[in-house]
Amino acid sequence: MNHILQQQLIDLAYIVAIVLFILALKWLSSPATARHGVFAGEFGAALAVIATLCDYQVIEYKWIIVALVVGAIVGIPLGLVPMTAVPQRTAMSHAFGALAAAMIGIAEYYVRVPNISKFEMVEIALEVIIGSLSLTGSLIAAGKLQEVLPQRPITYKGQNIVSLSVLGAAIVIAIWLMIHPGARQLFPAMIVVSLVFGVLLVTPIGGADMPTVISLLNSYVGLSAALLGFVLNNKVLVVAGALDGSSGFILSVIMCKAMNRSFTNVMFGAFGQVQASAAAVKEERTVRSATAEEAAAILGAASKVAIVPGYGMAVAQAQHKVRELFDILTKKGIDVKFGIHPVAGRMPGHMNVLLAEADIPYDRLMDMDAINPEFPQTDVVLIIGANDVTNPAAKTDQGSPIYGMPILEVDKARTVMVIKRSMSPGFAGIANPLYYEDKTLMLFGDAKGFVGDIVRELTGGGH
Amino acid sequence: MPSGASQYGILIDCLYVFVLAGFIGFEVIKRVSPLLHTPLMALTNALDAIVVVAAIIIAGRHSSTLSTVLGAVAVAAAFSNMVGGFLITDRMLRMFKLSKPKKR
Repeated sequence: MNHILQQQLIDLAYIVAIVLFILALKWLSSPATARHGVFAGEFGAALAVIATLCDYQVIEYKWIIVALVVGAIVGIPLGLVPMTAVPQRTAMSHAFGALAAAMIGIAEYYVRVPNISKFEMVEIALEVIIGSLSLTGSLIAAGKLQEVLPQRPITYKGQNIVSLSVLGAAIVIAIWLMIHPGARQLFPAMIVVSLVFGVLLVTPIGGADMPTVISLLNSYVGLSAALLGFVLNNKVLVVAGALDGSSGFILSVIMCKAMNRSFTNVMFGAFGQVQASAAAVKEERTVRSATAEEAAAILGAASKVAIVPGYGMAVAQAQHKVRELFDILTKKGIDVKFGIHPVAGRMPGHMNVLLAEADIPYDRLMDMDAINPEFPQTDVVLIIGANDVTNPAAKTDQGSPIYGMPILEVDKARTVMVIKRSMSPGFAGIANPLYYEDKTLMLFGDAKGFVGDIVRELTGGGH
Repeated sequence: MPSGASQYGILIDCLYVFVLAGFIGFEVIKRVSPLLHTPLMALTNALDAIVVVAAIIIAGRHSSTLSTVLGAVAVAAAFSNMVGGFLITDRMLRMFKLSKPKKR
């Protein structure tokens, strides 16, 4: 009787947690209320954890406490990483989420076997396959983002056939287990094959496609948590997993649309190779370059400036210098806005976080649809470390690999200035005709150094 | 062990919850501004770490050494996501500020 009452209280705590989780996401819709959302989420999670610790099934606390302490020791530093490291941190947290989900599924299998029904076996097998492949896939993604692993796509002939055969093998084992749930020696094989598939899935994907991959892995991790809820008949897991899964899914769709590509194309397209050949046909054309002094004079004379940041700004750690530039221009009465492409950087929203960290007010950060109509009235566009997202070939050249991708229409502005190390095409290898236009000035140099020089000219120059 | 019929019932129950929650998630998350997509991912990761409740039961119910070990690993992994996820989400959101009113 006591147990029943206890279970009811736990269920009640879970329902409150679910409500708070949904509110947390709802409040995230605006920066003004977003921090309430974090508080709601924390409160809901704490409530659910405390309720669970009181569950009568929990009879041994020693290892739980050790694990909670270890989790906190690992989690706190991961919560304090610098903003430039957020993409790899996110990939790591996907890996941890997948690890947890896979471990629980595996434990449940061994507790239940051989008294396991077909329903349960299907749920557990799916859950463990998705959890395992997300674990290794996320680790590879984190490695690429941390640049421990090469960022360029690693491809070989027949890759897709090999990868899909490995996935096929995992599914065959899962079906075999469903028919013969007692064949417990096959279960580890299924785990290993799924882990291998995760590696094969992410290795061929290049750094520039990371926003989509991270989002997709996010939705896999959510899906595995939801499936775990099915296995354990735990609705709080089903809801949290469904929320996480739909969030990852929405972000993946946004990222794919922003690149005008399909999921299959991102996952199996081996993007990097196609461009290598496209870049080979390149003709010599002249570009105009300018010094920091000239750039400063042009910016100082403008009345409306748009800055377009990309991954190169993050690599050069130039965001704080960019803030100084923003401050000086704003003080001169110049209207400065930032145009941010959805796939700029290495994860959804990456640029916004970096610029917000540098103290740039968020009402100055415009997404693509908001800023595109403003470019024709913009005097100067300053591009810092962005390339493909400004490439007009996406609109005009049907032969371009990025044809059809929505871009920031910077070529409609009066003057375009591009800070770039050299004329060599980026690793995607797509030539950018923008650089050869008459209105374009190339500013050759390191992003941080060059912006710093412009700032110095503007403060010292005395207009 | 629950019978086949009640297992089917559980599956359908969970499917209902999954479909409805997915729908709510879709409607709510669609409204999150692209400005906050990075904090969104950090927050959903932290919420997803609620799998820690399942891990706690497995680590604590003492059914076998294997399941205790797996459960404890899962508790550590999920709890690190929970702590780290909420922490970094809040850090990020604190950085988003509006322009100060212009002095004229």
